[in-house]
Amino acid sequence: MISGDDVVTLSRLQFGLTALYHFLFVPLTLGMTFILAIMESVYVMTGKEVYRDMTKFWGKLFGINFAMGVTTGITLEFQFGTNWAYYSHYVGDIFGPLLASEGWMAFFLESTFVGLFFFGWNRLTQVQHLTVTWLLALGTSLSALWILIANGWMQHPVGAEFNDETLRMEMKSFADVFFNPVAQVKFVHTVAAGYVTGSMFVLGVSSWYLLNKRDIGFARRSFSIASAFGLASVLSVIVLGDESGYTSGETQKIKLAAIEAEWDTHKPPASFTLIGFPDQEREKTDLAIKIPYVLGLIATRSIDEEVKGLKELRAESAVRIRSGMTAYGELQKLRSGDKSEATRASFEKHKADLGYGLLLKKYTGLVVDADEATIQKAANDTIPRVAALFWTFRIMIACGFTMLFIFAMAFYYCARRVADQKRWLMKLAVWCIPLPWIAAETGWFVAEYGRQPWTISGVLPTYLSVSSIAASQIWLSIAGFLFFYTVLLVIELYLMFKYVRLGPSSLHTGRYFLENRTVKP
Amino acid sequence: MFDYETIRLIWWLFIGVVAIGFAITEGFDFGIGALLPFLGRTDLERRVIINTVGATWEGNQVWLILLGGAIFAIWPPVYATLFSGLYAAMLLVLFALFFRPAGFDYRSKLENPTWRNAWDWGLFVGGAVPPILLGVLVGNLILGLPFHLDADLRSFYDGSFWGLLNPFALWCGVIGLLTCLFQGAIFLKWRTEGDIQRRAQQAVGILGPALLVMLAIAMIWVIAGIGRPEITTMAGTEAPSNPLHKTVVAAGGGWLQHFAAHPWMFVAPLLAFGGLGASWLVGRAPGLAFLLSSLGIAGMLLTLGFGLFPFLLISTTDPNSSLTLWDASASHFTLLLSFWITVVFLPIVLLYTRWVYRVIWGSVTEEKVLQDQHTLY
Repeated sequence: MISGDDVVTLSRLQFGLTALYHFLFVPLTLGMTFILAIMESVYVMTGKEVYRDMTKFWGKLFGINFAMGVTTGITLEFQFGTNWAYYSHYVGDIFGPLLASEGWMAFFLESTFVGLFFFGWNRLTQVQHLTVTWLLALGTSLSALWILIANGWMQHPVGAEFNDETLRMEMKSFADVFFNPVAQVKFVHTVAAGYVTGSMFVLGVSSWYLLNKRDIGFARRSFSIASAFGLASVLSVIVLGDESGYTSGETQKIKLAAIEAEWDTHKPPASFTLIGFPDQEREKTDLAIKIPYVLGLIATRSIDEEVKGLKELRAESAVRIRSGMTAYGELQKLRSGDKSEATRASFEKHKADLGYGLLLKKYTGLVVDADEATIQKAANDTIPRVAALFWTFRIMIACGFTMLFIFAMAFYYCARRVADQKRWLMKLAVWCIPLPWIAAETGWFVAEYGRQPWTISGVLPTYLSVSSIAASQIWLSIAGFLFFYTVLLVIELYLMFKYVRLGPSSLHTGRYFLENRTVKP
Repeated sequence: MFDYETIRLIWWLFIGVVAIGFAITEGFDFGIGALLPFLGRTDLERRVIINTVGATWEGNQVWLILLGGAIFAIWPPVYATLFSGLYAAMLLVLFALFFRPAGFDYRSKLENPTWRNAWDWGLFVGGAVPPILLGVLVGNLILGLPFHLDADLRSFYDGSFWGLLNPFALWCGVIGLLTCLFQGAIFLKWRTEGDIQRRAQQAVGILGPALLVMLAIAMIWVIAGIGRPEITTMAGTEAPSNPLHKTVVAAGGGWLQHFAAHPWMFVAPLLAFGGLGASWLVGRAPGLAFLLSSLGIAGMLLTLGFGLFPFLLISTTDPNSSLTLWDASASHFTLLLSFWITVVFLPIVLLYTRWVYRVIWGSVTEEKVLQDQHTLY
C-alpha cells in the first residue's frame, strides 16, 4: 500500500497545495506595498489629507492580506526540510544561501518596517514614515528577487557542479547563479504581475465605491493611481513575459514546446498554436488554429531560429540518459576506490548528464543495467503532459490580455476625466478582480508542473528528492494544512469583505460615507 | 581568505549568534503570548499586553526564519535530517506558529468578545507550543536522535514522534517554556505600568526560581546520567563534507570533558545561572533585568554548544552517521559567500531594528490603547 511513489505523489500534492495557497497572498503584498508608497508619496508632496487616508485605508486591507502571507510563507521554509530532505542535502549548498540571503536582506526589512508602517504615524515625521513605507515595498520586492533566483536555478541550474566526495551539487559561481537569465526574467515577470494584482484590487474595489456613489473623491483618486500603475505593470508583464526565458536550458525548451503543443520541429519561423486539442497518445494536436511566425518571434526573438519539437527533444533526452548511465557507472567506481585517471576523465566527461542517469532510478536501482525500453520510458518521462500546460498557459494569457484592456480603458478615461461615468468599465473592473490571481496560479502551474520530472532541471529527479518518510505522515500533514488553511481563508475573506464594505469609514476620521449616513436623508 | 577549518568554526559561532538572537527576541514574544490570558484580565488589559510587542513581533520572528534558513545554507544535512526526522514535531511547531500573525493582526479588527477571546487563546497556543517543542528538541539533541545515513547520504529516521517525548526531553521542554515565560514577564514589567506590571513582577518572582532549579537539575542529569559519544577517527577538519568518513563510539569522555580541558568555558554556565538569577533579583530596574536575563539565555545556549562541540546531531542508532561541524557543512565557497553576506547585513539589520525600537519605545498604557483604538492591535 505505502510505496515510495505514494510519498512522491503526496509530497508533490502537499507542496503544490501550500505553494499555490501561499501565492494567493504574495502578489497582493508585492503590489499593495508599492501602491501604498505611491499614495503616501503624493500625500507628502501635496499635503492633501485624502492621500494619507488612502494610504491608511488600503494599508488596512494590505495588513489583513500580509498576515496570511507571513503565516503561509513559513510553511514553505519548513517544507523543504520536512518533505524534500534529499533535495535539501543535494542542492542545499546553492539553494540554502539564497534562502538565507532572503532572510537577511528582505524578511528582516519588510517585517521590521511593517510594524512601523502601521504604528508609526504619530511617532515619525512625514518623510520618515514615507521612507518606512518605501523600505517596506523594497523589502517585499527583494524577497521576490531572492526566492525567484532560487526558483530560476531550479529551472536552469547554472554556476554549480556535482562533487563526487560530498555527493551533492556545490556552488562554483555566485555571479552565474545571480545573473541566471531565467531567474532575471522570472523576477521581472513575477513582481510586475504582483503590481498588476495590487492595481486590479484597488481598481476593482474603487470601482465598487464609485458604482455605489460613496466616497467619490477618495475612490476616484485611488482609481486613477491604480489605472496608471496597473497599465505600466501589465505592459511589463506582457512585454517582458517570461516566454523569452524559455530558450535557455533543456527543460525550459521542453516546457515551451509543450505549452505550444509543438510535437514536431518545423522549419523556422515557428507558428503559434492559438488554440487546439493536444492528444498525448497520438502526439498530435487536433483542430489547431495556427498563427504563422508568432511563436518563433516570441520564443527566439527572430524569424530564422527554429523552435524544437517535443519528439526531437525527447530523442535528445534519451542521448543524455545514455551518457548519464556512463556517468553513474564511473561515479560508483570512483566511490569504491578506483582512483585511475581514465575513470576520473570519463566521469568528468559525462558528469553533466548524471542527473539524466538518475532518471532511471525510478525503474532500476542499479541504473547502469537499464535496457533500451527502460531508457525510452525514462526519456518519455521528460515530456510533460501537454494538454495541462497548453490550457493553463492560455488561461494565463487570456487573463493578462483582459486586464490589459481594462487598464488601458481605465487609464484612457481617467486621462479624459470621465472614468466615473463609464459604468460598464467599473462593473467589469469589479468582476475581474479575481483575474490576476487566476493568472498567477496558472502561471506557477506552468512553471512547476512543466519542470517535471525534475525538481532541479536536468540534475535531480523529483522521484529522488523526497524525504524518507511514511505516506501516512504526509496524509496527516495534508489534513492539517487543509483544516488550518480553510479556516484561515474563511476568516481572511470575511475580514477583507467587512473592511472593504466599511471603506475609509473604518479609519474613524468622521469624513467618510458611513459616518455621515445618519445625517443624510 | 579563511581556510575551510576556520570558516567552519566561524559559522558554528554565527549560527550560535542567530540562535541566541532568536531565543532572546522570540523568547519574550512567545512568553508574552503564553502569559496573555493570565496576566490580562480585561479586553483592554490584553490589548495593552499585545501592543507591547505589536509593532516588533514580526521582525523578531524573522530570527526563527533565519535560523532555519542559515542551518539549511550552512549545514544542509542537519536541516534535512532534523526537519524530515522530526516530521510531526516540526509540523506541530508550524501549526502553532499559524496562530500568531492572524492572532495579532485580526484579533482587534472585530468587537465581538468571543472572537477576541478565541484569538487570545490562539496567541497562547502560538506562544506556548513552540518553546515546549523546541525545548524537547534540545533535550533530544543532547540524548542523540535515532537516524542513519545510507551510502548516498540519504537520511533515514529510525524512531517515532512519541520517542521524542522521553522524561529528559520533556524536562527540557518545560525549561524552554519557563525561559520564554520568564523573559516575557520581564519584558512586560519593562513596558507596562500599574496592575499588569505588578502581575508581571509576581510572575517573575515565581518563574525565576522554578527555572533555575529545573536548569540545575537538567545539568546534573546530563553530567551524571547521559553518555556522550566520541569521534575516534575522522577525515580531518579541512576534508570535503561527508559524514560517513569518520568513526564514532557511543560512550566517550562525558559532557564535562571540554569544560575540564578549557576551564574558560565555565563562563557559559556561570553566565546562565548568574544572568537568570540576577535578573530575578533585580526588582526595580526592568531594563537591567531584561539585559541580564538575555545574557542568561545566551549562557544557556553557549553551554549547550560547548558541550556538544563538535557534534551537531548525534545519532544513537548509527553513531558513525552523527553530523559534526567538520563533516556536515556546506562547501568552502558557500561558507565564505554566506559569511560575507552576513558580515554586511547583520550590522545593518541590528541598526535599523534598534532604530525601530527607539521610535516605538515607551510604556504601553490603557489610555494610549484607547486613544488609538482603531489603529492598534
